[in-house]
Amino acid sequence: MRQKKPRLVITFETTTMALKMEKVCHAAGAPGRLIPVPREITAGCGLAWLAAPEEREIVLSAMQDGGVIPQDIHTL
Amino acid sequence: MIYLDSAATSLHKPPQVAQAAANAILHLGNAGRGAHEATLSAGRVIYEAREKLAELFGVGDPMRVCMMFNTTDALNTAIGGLIRPGDHVVTTEAEHNSVLRPLYRAEQRGARLTIVPMDKTTGRVREADILAAIRPDTRAVVCAHASNVTGNALDIEAIGSYCRAHGILFLVDAAQSAGAFDIDMQRMGISALCLPGHKGLLGPQGTGVLCVADGVRIAPLRVGGSGVHSFSHEHPADYPTALEAGTLNTPGIAGLSVALDFVMETGSSAIHAREIALARMFYDAVYKLDGVTVYGDWTTDNRAAIVTLGLAGWDAGEVSDVLMQDYGICTRAGAHCAPLVHRAFGTENGGLVRFSFSYFNTEDEVRAAIDAVTELAQEGS
Repeated sequence: MRQKKPRLVITFETTTMALKMEKVCHAAGAPGRLIPVPREITAGCGLAWLAAPEEREIVLSAMQDGGVIPQDIHTL
Repeated sequence: MIYLDSAATSLHKPPQVAQAAANAILHLGNAGRGAHEATLSAGRVIYEAREKLAELFGVGDPMRVCMMFNTTDALNTAIGGLIRPGDHVVTTEAEHNSVLRPLYRAEQRGARLTIVPMDKTTGRVREADILAAIRPDTRAVVCAHASNVTGNALDIEAIGSYCRAHGILFLVDAAQSAGAFDIDMQRMGISALCLPGHKGLLGPQGTGVLCVADGVRIAPLRVGGSGVHSFSHEHPADYPTALEAGTLNTPGIAGLSVALDFVMETGSSAIHAREIALARMFYDAVYKLDGVTVYGDWTTDNRAAIVTLGLAGWDAGEVSDVLMQDYGICTRAGAHCAPLVHRAFGTENGGLVRFSFSYFNTEDEVRAAIDAVTELAQEGS
């Protein structure tokens, strides 16, 4: 099994909002990438934004500045 | 072949449109279904298209740009999802069946319609008549920005401003205007903007768009696969997913996205100026011919590049067929899915012949069409 590192995971109501998140983070130079929503959060499907917990501030700042509305912000 | 049927669909498109659609077929997955590179690439292409559409039409937020399959799909979604039994709706005689039939269905379910008449000579609908038809129980005004038969355009900003001030929904069918007219949803007070991707926007067929104003909640026509909240019995309520159940037309949207680049770089006003110059060149030559009757208001260039005419002694279908067979010119004959227009003009039996012009037509093609109509008019007299 791969060892799990702590993760910052941000979920969204739609996959379109997740794609907007990717775009604004890339534009702002904020780290992270899109992943399938982890099953600890929901057994449904969808996209989430993954970053390291220590990157929380820069990621949330880019998200807010870019007008992205999250569903939830988790640290797993 | 000379293609003068751009009001039906754009045949001549920037070459990169087909390349983008082909590339999507070869390389893109299903947007919003998983998180692998093929699906993310598809999602990015579609998101870019939403951003461009939001900018071009003053939507304010790409999340409220919903991908449809054509204008009829968008109109069915908007009308079906907003008009309730008991609501009063104002529309006009100038409408296409894509507006009328969803409204007639709403009427069967208890909505009440007022259909504002058009001038029987020019085909013009007066904005003041539309506003005068509004009652205390009016929920919505639904109308085309430009008629697909006459090309006459309405001042949608005047109608939208009134509707916004009085809390009335304003649904616009931009099938003949999107891409060639200035349309700004926010400034013009439009609640739902329904448009094709494949006409003035020069994208592939199978693309349409429904832009929804902030605060307007449309009940979805379709529910089903959404890529999110799979265990919920309810389809997601957030736009654009709320109105986009099932797989989108990713190749079509990829083509539309690069077509939007062309339209936005060229500019809607430049596109309209070119189209209307060609249409007016044709109109100026044919309207005075013996036996030719042109329908529509040509006192202004603030209109779509459509010239619709009747030829004395000819059935419209016959004219269109001869134009194709003998002159290689593509036109559209018949009732143009606008029954009330033809009833008002008294042309429901013989129909009319529509010539519609594109940015990519040439003066030589217009001259060939003028010569052909001139010969047919002489033949019919």
